[in-house]
Amino acid sequence: MALLDIDALSVTLPGMARPILDRIELTVAAGETVALVGESGSGKSVTARAALGLFPAGADLAGRVRVEDIDLVGADAARLREVRTGIAAMIFQDPRAGISPVRRIGDFLTEALRLVGGWSRARADARAAELLAAVGLPDPERHLRQFPHEMSGGMLQRVMIAAALCGEPRLLLCDEPTTALDVATQAEILALLGRLRRERDLGLLLITHDIELAAASCDRIYVMYAGRIVETATADELFARPRHPYTAGLLGSSPPQEGPLTRLAPIPGAPMSLLESATGCAFAPRCRFAEPGRCDQAPPVLEPHGAGRVACHRADELEPPVLAHLAPDSEDR
Amino acid sequence: MPAATRRSGGRGGRGPALALAALRRLAGMATTLLVTSFLVFSSLYLAPGDPVSFLVKGRSPSPQELDTIREQYGFNDPFPVRYWHWLEGVLQGDFGRSYLFHQGVGDVVWSRLPASLLLIGVSMLLIAVFGVGAGIVGALRRGTWADSTVLLMVTVGAAVPSFVAAILLRSVFGVQLGWFPTFGNGEGALDRLHHVVLPAIALSVTFTALVTRVTRTAMLDELRREHVEVALSRGIPRRSVIRRHVLRNALGPIVTVSALLVSGMLVSTALVETAFGMAGVGSLLVQAVSQQDFQVVQAIVLLVVAAFVLINALVDLLYPLIDPRVAAQGSAR
Repeated sequence: MALLDIDALSVTLPGMARPILDRIELTVAAGETVALVGESGSGKSVTARAALGLFPAGADLAGRVRVEDIDLVGADAARLREVRTGIAAMIFQDPRAGISPVRRIGDFLTEALRLVGGWSRARADARAAELLAAVGLPDPERHLRQFPHEMSGGMLQRVMIAAALCGEPRLLLCDEPTTALDVATQAEILALLGRLRRERDLGLLLITHDIELAAASCDRIYVMYAGRIVETATADELFARPRHPYTAGLLGSSPPQEGPLTRLAPIPGAPMSLLESATGCAFAPRCRFAEPGRCDQAPPVLEPHGAGRVACHRADELEPPVLAHLAPDSEDR
Repeated sequence: MPAATRRSGGRGGRGPALALAALRRLAGMATTLLVTSFLVFSSLYLAPGDPVSFLVKGRSPSPQELDTIREQYGFNDPFPVRYWHWLEGVLQGDFGRSYLFHQGVGDVVWSRLPASLLLIGVSMLLIAVFGVGAGIVGALRRGTWADSTVLLMVTVGAAVPSFVAAILLRSVFGVQLGWFPTFGNGEGALDRLHHVVLPAIALSVTFTALVTRVTRTAMLDELRREHVEVALSRGIPRRSVIRRHVLRNALGPIVTVSALLVSGMLVSTALVETAFGMAGVGSLLVQAVSQQDFQVVQAIVLLVVAAFVLINALVDLLYPLIDPRVAAQGSAR
């Protein structure tokens, strides 16, 4: 059974031309690392927050978000608290913004335990120190008394991870956990997350705009564009044989991790804003394979193709070799 | 901001730095008061009218008599000498003699102080309770009728001068409804409180409106911060998040603005006390100015400036408790 099961989730804000999320399907099982990849504004973060029942204020919701069989759409406060304190937890992008600057680290870590769990101060402090040690901070007792501004970004992200582990969650949502950090620290944090996943058999949902990173560290990948999942497959499959032109574009526009550095091929145009809507495929205006008369028809649905699933009108014709022409060294670039 | 540059040096060097900051602070306060004393002293001598004419009121003295009076009060000495004599006295706690009351200025002001302190104390309480309270309601119920009401009251309240409020309150609740006395200080604790209700409301209307606006804005700013979302995502009840994160973090601007308002309040007591016929320091100031009792005016103005300087120093001293990022190093602020 899936730990997280998002089924046909649509999130619509009044006054916007298109839904923020449009029939999202996504699952994460225990022990599995799943990536959700897309550009800024594609809806990745909204999807991850939905897994904690944090929906945009005033949004219309449809579909289901189940975490261990608890449906979060329309759940009451007690249910949400149960999920947030004991089943799922989130690690945010910028730990410096995510931790209140006026309270001590110890206070931040023990807040949920003491306020919701009713733990005593001594017991909560001991647990917090234990967690800080578990995320690799050398001097837990001292860190508990420090203020956020007295720690580095990398240390704070470890604190954030420790805070997420407080309630022994089984699902960890990581919203660009390394974007605000320097490169060396990024690798450390990713290694730490990997270790925690193995040790605790966590389901990990990694949100990133870096498809190379996703391919290197995850089992499965979902690719999002303009509020829809456009392709999903195992990391190896997606990396070797992207089927959606957008996925291929993402791969072509990021530097290869091995081999000589070649010219990158950017995706032309800009992502669609929430004030724009498309009658057909949202990616069609930027897609070099878009075919008038087909791609401006009703948006494609996610259908099985090869080893994965793709939402593209031309998925049948565009076989991986065709898409390979998007690669940086193709003749017309 | 890089963490390293903001680190306040947890180990050594903090004690001496603090002492130095305190010394610098004290020196600054002393300088402010000295400059004020000079300005106050000189401006009154630039004002039209002659204290001698008041001292001889009702009589027509001979030139010899006038000269004797001038000699007696030192009006014939050159300006710097007179300033020096006055300053010498002030430093020893002697503010001179009141022409009007034929008493030491210190005694005159001192006897009026309790009534003014009661008025200011009650007003500050009203401002804190209703200003912060309405601000919280406005921020949490943003866009609802409650928020609109708060905003309307803020606009009206900020536009009503305290003397207009005083006249309105007197005529409605004092004269027509007869709920509150309209004149004097009252006798005994309860009666004094009863007498101070209307003046305190009149004095606090404008400042309550300003504090409401600052509180509302600061709360809305904090509500948007990521650490609030993080706290919610960890399952901490909304009520606790509002109290422990939103309100707590909004305290900085609220306290800063409130401290600035105090000077305005001290000045407004003159109008309100006069309107309600209260014998306080404010009405004494009005009386002393109109009767050209210079010594009293000087003492009161100096007292007001001293109070203002003291309150600001106090706020600066307490600020690191409100926001630990502001290290207690006077030079930083």
